[in-house]
Amino acid sequence: MEQIFNKISDRIYSELKDGEYLTLSLQGENSQFIRINNAKIRQTGLVNNTEVSFDFIYDNRNCQGQITLSGDLDTDYSRAVDELNRLRAEIVQLPEDPFVVLPENTGSTRESKSANGLGTDKAVDALLPIMSGVDLVGIWSSGRIFSGSSNSAGQKHWFETDTYSLDFSLVNKDHKMVKGTFAGSDWDQSQYEAYIKDAKQKLELMNKKPVKMKPGKYRTWFESKAVADFLSMFSWQGVSEANIRQGNSAFIRMRNEGTKLSPLFSLNEDFRSGLVPRFNERGEIAPEVLSIIEKGNLVNTMVSSRTAKEYKVKSNNASGEEVLRAPKMAIGSLTNEDVLQKLGTGLFLSNLHYLNWSDNIGGRITGLTRYACFWVEDSEIVGPIETMRFDDTIYNLFGGELEAVGDNAKINPEVETYDGRQYGNITCPGMLVKSFELTL
Amino acid sequence: MTQQLQNLLNAIDVPADWIGLREVDERTTVRFIRDSHPQTNARAKTHGIMVEVLANGQFGYVGTNDISKNGIQKAAEKAYQQAKLAAKYAIHSFTDAARPKTIGSYNSPYKNVFNESSPGVLNDLMIEASKVLKVSDKVISTNAFAQIVESKHRFVSSNGSDISQDFLLVTFDLVATAQDGTNINTRSAGGLRGLSRQIGAELFDEKWVLHKAKEIGDQAVELTTAEECPTGKIDLVLAPDQMMLQIHESVGHALEVDRILGDERNYAGWSFVKLDDFGKLQYGSKLMNATYDPTYTGQFASFGFDDGGLKADKEYLIKEGLLVRGLGGKESQIRSGVPGVANFRASSWNRAPVDRMGNINLEPGDSTFDEIISSVEKGVYMESNRSWSIDDYRNKFQFGCEYGKLIENGKLTKTVRNPNYRAISNPFWNSLTMIGNQDTFKMYGTPYCGKGEPSQVIRVGHASPVCLFKDVAIFGGA
Repeated sequence: MEQIFNKISDRIYSELKDGEYLTLSLQGENSQFIRINNAKIRQTGLVNNTEVSFDFIYDNRNCQGQITLSGDLDTDYSRAVDELNRLRAEIVQLPEDPFVVLPENTGSTRESKSANGLGTDKAVDALLPIMSGVDLVGIWSSGRIFSGSSNSAGQKHWFETDTYSLDFSLVNKDHKMVKGTFAGSDWDQSQYEAYIKDAKQKLELMNKKPVKMKPGKYRTWFESKAVADFLSMFSWQGVSEANIRQGNSAFIRMRNEGTKLSPLFSLNEDFRSGLVPRFNERGEIAPEVLSIIEKGNLVNTMVSSRTAKEYKVKSNNASGEEVLRAPKMAIGSLTNEDVLQKLGTGLFLSNLHYLNWSDNIGGRITGLTRYACFWVEDSEIVGPIETMRFDDTIYNLFGGELEAVGDNAKINPEVETYDGRQYGNITCPGMLVKSFELTL
Repeated sequence: MTQQLQNLLNAIDVPADWIGLREVDERTTVRFIRDSHPQTNARAKTHGIMVEVLANGQFGYVGTNDISKNGIQKAAEKAYQQAKLAAKYAIHSFTDAARPKTIGSYNSPYKNVFNESSPGVLNDLMIEASKVLKVSDKVISTNAFAQIVESKHRFVSSNGSDISQDFLLVTFDLVATAQDGTNINTRSAGGLRGLSRQIGAELFDEKWVLHKAKEIGDQAVELTTAEECPTGKIDLVLAPDQMMLQIHESVGHALEVDRILGDERNYAGWSFVKLDDFGKLQYGSKLMNATYDPTYTGQFASFGFDDGGLKADKEYLIKEGLLVRGLGGKESQIRSGVPGVANFRASSWNRAPVDRMGNINLEPGDSTFDEIISSVEKGVYMESNRSWSIDDYRNKFQFGCEYGKLIENGKLTKTVRNPNYRAISNPFWNSLTMIGNQDTFKMYGTPYCGKGEPSQVIRVGHASPVCLFKDVAIFGGA
């Protein structure tokens, strides 16, 4: 597909007339999906898809398009020319856009990572047998994902990688569950089987008598995945400079009122893992590392080139959505071995569920406990808790109530598949807070 | 109409027990004006075919962007291979009874098409609306958003199905954010892009759009000086645009039979409803009549047939509060033995169908709006969702709204900001005490219902009257 993208790019840019500017952005996947329920196969199939987006500029006007590529050069070039002509017909009807940003050539990149994964004809027999004897439900996703960018200024980027993930839940007879995600690039059958066996052992912890909690405030240890659930909220009406400027961000209090988070909390955008393309849909390269929160102080937000032009600030080449693409939270000093001791009596939460801003401007998030969440007394796990709703603010959890941060950052791979399989992960340690409010 | 697809089907050479081709050719146009300037004028076109085969009792699929004859043959071979490999681990052994033979067509109702001059006309109207939204200097940001989806769905199968459905779907929203000191509030046209329906360009009536913009701008400013919503266990009156979300989260998802069967437990979750609850569970009060209605003219998720080829009809899910039917397509009906509906739906050609909501509506009762308000001694009336969260069994929910009004001694009094409420689904619906009449009944929908592995977003519709719930935990902001 890279060759087709390059050929279409070269030919379509040669078609441009004076004053016309174009950026093409490609996203694609060749994926296998196997949906599993009760350690049996519910649905299985493959998806091959490639979409190319057009960002067209003429006479200070801007419009966008998108087409599906078929993989046949002649068919796809014909579709691209049709789309360009449609954009040309539309753009003259549109009002001027004062914040349009012309494409530039700041250099080209290419990264291609192939792996020795599981073939689509091997996956079923490799995955299913070890699941026997347990109620496992989840999704196997694997294959190649690829992204490209080019523009009429001559810049080109390409990124492709082979990945897999088995994102699953194990369920016991009382409907208590533990969560697992086995993800990577090269397949190792023995590592996979060991991971599933380990998850089965964790499920046994859930056989303890459930504890019914009352609403109230509790000392709480959040495992890395639960912290990642909170951090993912920062990308939705949080860290975006445009959202802050337009009155739709939980970070407004930090920007406008000088509110600080805990000196124990630091957060970066960090692309050094190489798992995520550094270029955005405009082909702009993000800094390798960008500090967002430095010891509790908001030092950077995500700023796209369009936002930069509108508000006369400096772009850090964020995506148009101004989300975190490679978030990494700094570790602290609390060792895994000391977590229960330090917690004493309180909640041990492995996962959270269905987070939403209950008061975005106030930084308040509601959501639920899910999976392996326990009540701990005198540093001993008593039993799993019944599902509880919480409602608390980031200014408490990452601010005054934050007591300690774990010394071990875990990689929480992105397993969402709404617009196709995704790159990346949230890398973060667990954290201990003095107070966390359960409400229902 | 489906001859080309039929030709592709006829050319496939694989020894499958059943083959189906589902083609989707969809154009989504988004026009977005922010603060009187164009932000987005985009059209995304997606076109592909889902090739599905049945072999040894297991369905296998390939969603392919290569829709040539050779591409479809290769896809069918791969789908056949996937099905054969998986069959020995199949959760259920199906026959082609899961894909009944159906022939028919459906077209969205509309009066006026969007033509070549629409981009300029719509931009001009939305810029004007954006200016009207800014009713004062307190308004710090305005949005005008329009999404137009033109979607062609074709389905043919080896057992004779031949279905053609053409949709025209429009979503429109106006948003104003106003600030007074540190108090910032946002008001929109129904929340969650709720003004979503099957309609044509006639939706963009200038007089109505500008009137709506003024109302939203005024209410955003009004909220900046409003009191916080009070805290307490008091009465709750919900407008239809919040009932949309209430029905969606605590009725719709809970009744999806694939969830009840456990397919979704690793993602969105399970359900407090069990298979043996159908015909027995008193889901809500006697006033509660919930329907699955894909036949409602102009509603966002109206259609003639689901993506498994089942003809779509109106059915009662809950009648006089009693749970009578699930949201399960043909596969779920076969697996569960529970009566279902035609709701086996996919978001596009690149996703396999699963049980989804369509139009899930609450049938109107006989109370006027004034009768409902006058019956409340102390309560809050809430409009337009802005926050939603519910647990993986669809029990404990917490929802927040954009705009509230205190109800004191039978009268609407002060405006309140940050109105929220939380409850548990089954007792909440049993606290439904009054239900509005046809005059209070309004139709909404949203393009954003997420579910499934791999994940997919689908369009849903919800229509409801105004409703009164007794003694609900209500509270304000941070």
